[in-house]
Amino acid sequence: MKSNKELETIAVQVRRDILRMVCKASSGHPGGSMSSTDILTALYFNQMNQNPATWTRDGKGQDMFILSAGHMTPVYYSVLARAGYFPVEELGTFRQMGSRLQGHPSIRKGLPGIFQASGSLGQGLSAAAGLALGKKIDGEDNRVYCLCGDGESEEGQIWEAGMFAVFHKLDNLIAMTDWNGKQIDGPVELVAGEGDLAAKWEAWGWRVIVAEGHDFESINSAFELAKAGKGTGKPTMILFKTEMGHGVDFMAGTHKWHGSVPKPEQLEDALKQLGETPLGDF
Amino acid sequence: MKYTDTGKKDTRSGFGAGLLIAGKADSRVVALTADLKGSLKMDAFAAEFPERFVQCGIAEANMVGAAAGLAITGKIPFIGSFAEFVTGRVYDQIRQEVAYGNTNVKIASSHAGITLGEDGATHQTMEDIALMRALPGMVVLNPCDYNQTVQATIAAAKYEGPVYLRFGRPSVPNFTPADEPFVIGKAIVMNEGADVTVFATGHTVWEALVAADKLQEQGISAEVIDIATIKPLDAEAVLKSVSKTGCAVVAEEHNLAGGLGEAIASTLAQCCPKPLEYVNGADRFGQSGTPAALMEAYGINAAAIEAAAKKVIARK
Repeated sequence: MKSNKELETIAVQVRRDILRMVCKASSGHPGGSMSSTDILTALYFNQMNQNPATWTRDGKGQDMFILSAGHMTPVYYSVLARAGYFPVEELGTFRQMGSRLQGHPSIRKGLPGIFQASGSLGQGLSAAAGLALGKKIDGEDNRVYCLCGDGESEEGQIWEAGMFAVFHKLDNLIAMTDWNGKQIDGPVELVAGEGDLAAKWEAWGWRVIVAEGHDFESINSAFELAKAGKGTGKPTMILFKTEMGHGVDFMAGTHKWHGSVPKPEQLEDALKQLGETPLGDF
Repeated sequence: MKYTDTGKKDTRSGFGAGLLIAGKADSRVVALTADLKGSLKMDAFAAEFPERFVQCGIAEANMVGAAAGLAITGKIPFIGSFAEFVTGRVYDQIRQEVAYGNTNVKIASSHAGITLGEDGATHQTMEDIALMRALPGMVVLNPCDYNQTVQATIAAAKYEGPVYLRFGRPSVPNFTPADEPFVIGKAIVMNEGADVTVFATGHTVWEALVAADKLQEQGISAEVIDIATIKPLDAEAVLKSVSKTGCAVVAEEHNLAGGLGEAIASTLAQCCPKPLEYVNGADRFGQSGTPAALMEAYGINAAAIEAAAKKVIARK
């Protein structure tokens, strides 16, 4: 179990990784990666029952995770590497020809830690529900986690999966939404008028927890509360209130950085703002 | 004819029977449906294995993803719906979750083609083979009768990887041996002949055999080959037969674009160009009608195969 201070240090390093990866690749999605950095850091370093040494794609004996919003590979790969799934140096190959670190998660390159392909939005929650049902059929006690975007939740399939998970009583499924309020074309409310996600998930029959997605105290207690859902017969949705581009002043709170990459002088500025960590860059 | 119709049966019931056998043989087999348990003949499996039967409601996209998740945990999921709703409706889900994700999902596709009948064009896909053939690594099976569908279902369960298993709604002649194991990737020579090869798949195999009989009466020797596996295509069998007969007819309950006809045409064009005629739905949507009336109207029956055979022989 890491202290909040330790988690904060890891999160700074993950944000450095994200920016250095997308700048080296001259492509990728830093905005959402930086809004979900603290969530995934807490998940992998404190909350999930996971072990890179014994990891297999079938997830036997461990918790499983699906990144439904597949474009957030920079944060996903950085957290996996920092958690020990593959060498940190490999982060430098992100999006390059032949790399195991494909633009969106792929199971075809043999990258440890990846359970399923994602990228075409709205599909991961269904896959996660299938994993959770598989564990139930096997009488296995572990959980399945799934991270969705709020923009992604405009996809109808998310709500199909929402109905399915309640109907099949998947209380071993914990979904999370990176509720940063932004998508490529602008603020979610101006692009699609998504409305109150908490009210919607409650109406769907889920246990709903709203938490502050950049506060480890809040994140960790949300996970603890979510885990207590086992036995209730209901899946849990944690809505993490976050900020796109969090951690760097000129990137924070705007949709402009969903899929654009800082220029070299902007990268330098951003890394200076984040500061260095003892973990070191890749 | 060397084959006897032992009594008309629907191929979807062959799927239901095969699913039950596969489920008894392997506890990893699970079945999912989107509110079409009865239509897909999954009742027996659901009654025998309630904990391995997953009702998904009318939400096919989620069903595909849930099946992929189940497959990742080690299950062998069969997802069942009408052909259009497990292909065109969910093409991107199948592409990402099943094909690209390389999950061990079996797509059970019933009511394929125009013989779905009275419901009309919205429910009659004539494009599904094209869609599934286009996906890298997808195995495409289209068995011809009840017995072969039982065996194809068992073979699909044993095969490791994504499979598209296509079958139909109407009762049709049941004529292949009940106990013949289905070999994925192997074409089946039903009838040896010298003058023309008729490649057929699904419901058109019986029609091809009837046409071959008629041709025989007129002194024309037709070789009938059942292409029960459309992908991977048994190119060796295709080339061997056409090298001998010198021309071919391809019959399928599907449109021209991307179907078996084009698969065989591309194989022949590359290796052994010979005259070829098609018996298929051309480039059309279906409509309401009885299966027999539709097959007649769209020119996908024994009479159409017989005419196409004569036409192609004349082009040699």
